[in-house]
Amino acid sequence: MIVYILAVFLFLIGIYGVVVKRNLIKIVIGIAIMEYSVNLFLILIGYVKDGTAPIITDQVSEIVFVDPLPQAMVLTAIVIGLATTALLLAIAIRIYKKYGTFDIREIKNLKG
Amino acid sequence: MTIIVKKVTQIICGVIFLYGIYIIIHGHLTPGGGFAGGAIIAGAFILLILSFGSEFLALKKEETGSSLLESSAILVFLVIAVLGMIVGGVGIFLVNFLPKGTVGKLISAGVIPLYNIAVGMEVAAALLTIFLALLIYRDEVLK
Amino acid sequence: MQYFIPLFVAVPLGGAFLIAIIGNFLKGFGKIFTSIVLAFLTGFSLYIVFTLQGSLVYGIGGWELFDKIPIAIYMVLDGLSIYLLLIINLIGFLSAFYSISYIQKFTAENNYYTLFCLMVAGMNGVVLSGDLFNIYVFLEMAAIASYALVAFGIEKEELEASFKYQVLGGVSSLFILLSIGFLYWYTSTLNIADISKVIAKKGGSQLVVFSQVILLSGFGLKAAMIPFHAWLPDAHSSAPSPISSMLSGVLIKAIGAYVILRLFFNMFEVSYNTSLVITIIGTLSMVIGVLLAIGQWDIKRLLAYHSISQMGYVILGVGIGMLVLAQNGERAVAALSIAGGLFHLFNHAVFKGLLFLNAGAVEYETGIRDMKRLGGLSSVMPVTTSTSLSASMSISGIPPFNGFFSKLIIIIAAIQAKYYVLSILAVFVSIITLASFLKVQRFTFFNKKGENWIKREPPVREVPFTMCFSMVFLAVLCLALSMLIVPSVRDIVLTPAVDALIEAGEYTTSILGY
Repeated sequence: MIVYILAVFLFLIGIYGVVVKRNLIKIVIGIAIMEYSVNLFLILIGYVKDGTAPIITDQVSEIVFVDPLPQAMVLTAIVIGLATTALLLAIAIRIYKKYGTFDIREIKNLKG
Repeated sequence: MTIIVKKVTQIICGVIFLYGIYIIIHGHLTPGGGFAGGAIIAGAFILLILSFGSEFLALKKEETGSSLLESSAILVFLVIAVLGMIVGGVGIFLVNFLPKGTVGKLISAGVIPLYNIAVGMEVAAALLTIFLALLIYRDEVLK
Repeated sequence: MQYFIPLFVAVPLGGAFLIAIIGNFLKGFGKIFTSIVLAFLTGFSLYIVFTLQGSLVYGIGGWELFDKIPIAIYMVLDGLSIYLLLIINLIGFLSAFYSISYIQKFTAENNYYTLFCLMVAGMNGVVLSGDLFNIYVFLEMAAIASYALVAFGIEKEELEASFKYQVLGGVSSLFILLSIGFLYWYTSTLNIADISKVIAKKGGSQLVVFSQVILLSGFGLKAAMIPFHAWLPDAHSSAPSPISSMLSGVLIKAIGAYVILRLFFNMFEVSYNTSLVITIIGTLSMVIGVLLAIGQWDIKRLLAYHSISQMGYVILGVGIGMLVLAQNGERAVAALSIAGGLFHLFNHAVFKGLLFLNAGAVEYETGIRDMKRLGGLSSVMPVTTSTSLSASMSISGIPPFNGFFSKLIIIIAAIQAKYYVLSILAVFVSIITLASFLKVQRFTFFNKKGENWIKREPPVREVPFTMCFSMVFLAVLCLALSMLIVPSVRDIVLTPAVDALIEAGEYTTSILGY
């Protein structure tokens, strides 16, 4: 039970990074930490007591496997996280070229 | 980069490439599959570019090539999926229409190894394109 | 017949990557091919609207039910899905046709059409999927394509707006994934019909209520409800105009309002607390959106704030229906309220799309977005003026345009359900919307004389043919959609959508068989 609470605690650390930090790159790192914590939480859900890796070989008999469905979900979620991070970083370096700074207190052209 | 890095890269780059191909092809027998193998192959190419460096025009030509490879790999995936509608069942999308062999052999499980190869090519080309695009932006604008 | 459901996703996906390859060799391949693909999809969805009986269920790969457990990935096409597919493909085709001449100002045209086709493929996938995790995957596909499209012309404001949109959208997507994790923990399955059976059998617990709250905040941000609206004015006003009309007209409905409808009517049991929260959020969006919109002087920012207010109308209509069902009231009143909300969804896509295309036409010719510097354009741009007048009368609720009928149905349903305060607020918001659009029409088109525009270098003229065609088509549709009130037309288009939400067991019976 305590591992689930620690995974959600990591999610809250990521939210702290997105809300409080003022550098653009630190905000991106906060989103990445949130994403890793959700992937960890999904894998932990599929654990069955005394289970082994869910691979069928020739000598399969009465073996208890862990749940393979969350593993497939997490593979897809990792790929989606890669695309999100790549696009965020590409926009961040172009903002640095146009505005000259990474500080979000200086980047306020749109208001109202 | 120094001569040690260049020499070690020359030796080990081919081994990394071969290891990535092994993980892609055995995707239906061992853990791994398309995405993990594709990421390893992209790592081999990125190691080469990082240790030897390149000038700007060679990078631009390479980015055009890898972008075309990525789009054509996805089209191969869709063609195999639609081919199942004509050959296999009554027009079912994504059906497994090649013969499935025995469990545990390399050539078995129908269409799944072909999908693994297409996904592996696509992921390697996509990661290489992202890396090259960021590198070209730095060379072209931030001078 | 049901074997053609995956074509709605596969055809735009293949078309997007075909444009990426062939666009390197043939210039101008992208714009023609996109319009052909989207016109084919619109025609196909119109054909299905007229010939659909019940719902079509398709398991990918041909896997059947095993021992009454659904092990395949399902795609479900029922009345609500085909209603939204029609909206997505029609507005997509008109925006793609409009952008044939608008995007000539930018470089890298082929990337634009690739991303546009990917966005349409993602939205089609969200509407058709019958499986909770597939909704997440297609939603991310459409959202990442829209983040890149908002930053397309790489100016300072567009980059800043896109970064804000991406950070907020990314956090909300992670909330959605977390709630999918909690639901899988409780029920051990991902199929929407199967989850509803398991929750009905095991009874609700604290975990289900917690995941409902996280799901509502995640999808509430995608649907631009108050208090999650902060990304919408920046993103919708800085994007290129056909993308603004797609984002505001289709994206916030397909990945925001549709998923809230599907999950809270067909998956969770209708409870009083949840429907109260949804109705309060809808009312707040309606009122605060229009009060924030009055003081704006930038055309596109004003239209973006009005989007928040009109989406509040839709959620208010649906929320009143849910409240009546939760308290076991009369089903006829609930059906009327939900029908009003869904009808307003279609109307808002049409007239808000038309308003954004008009703002784009004004910006394409004059280069100015500030209303204080415009004026007197009615003599040089007659088509834009007349279509904008038609859309403004439609959004303010003036008969015989379509906005009047949908708002009337929502207000009558609120009175019949004895929520008098909500109906008075709806009338009040409609009056303020009328005042706001009178201001837009006066300052943009009618205030001064038009000679300065002809003396400018280059002189301001009417926009090219493809842009005119899209605007005139949408303006005619504004009048023609009032026909959805007529009972014979309503039974084909609107009644299957309402039935798919209200009939409690029909969704699960068509998939599982019991």
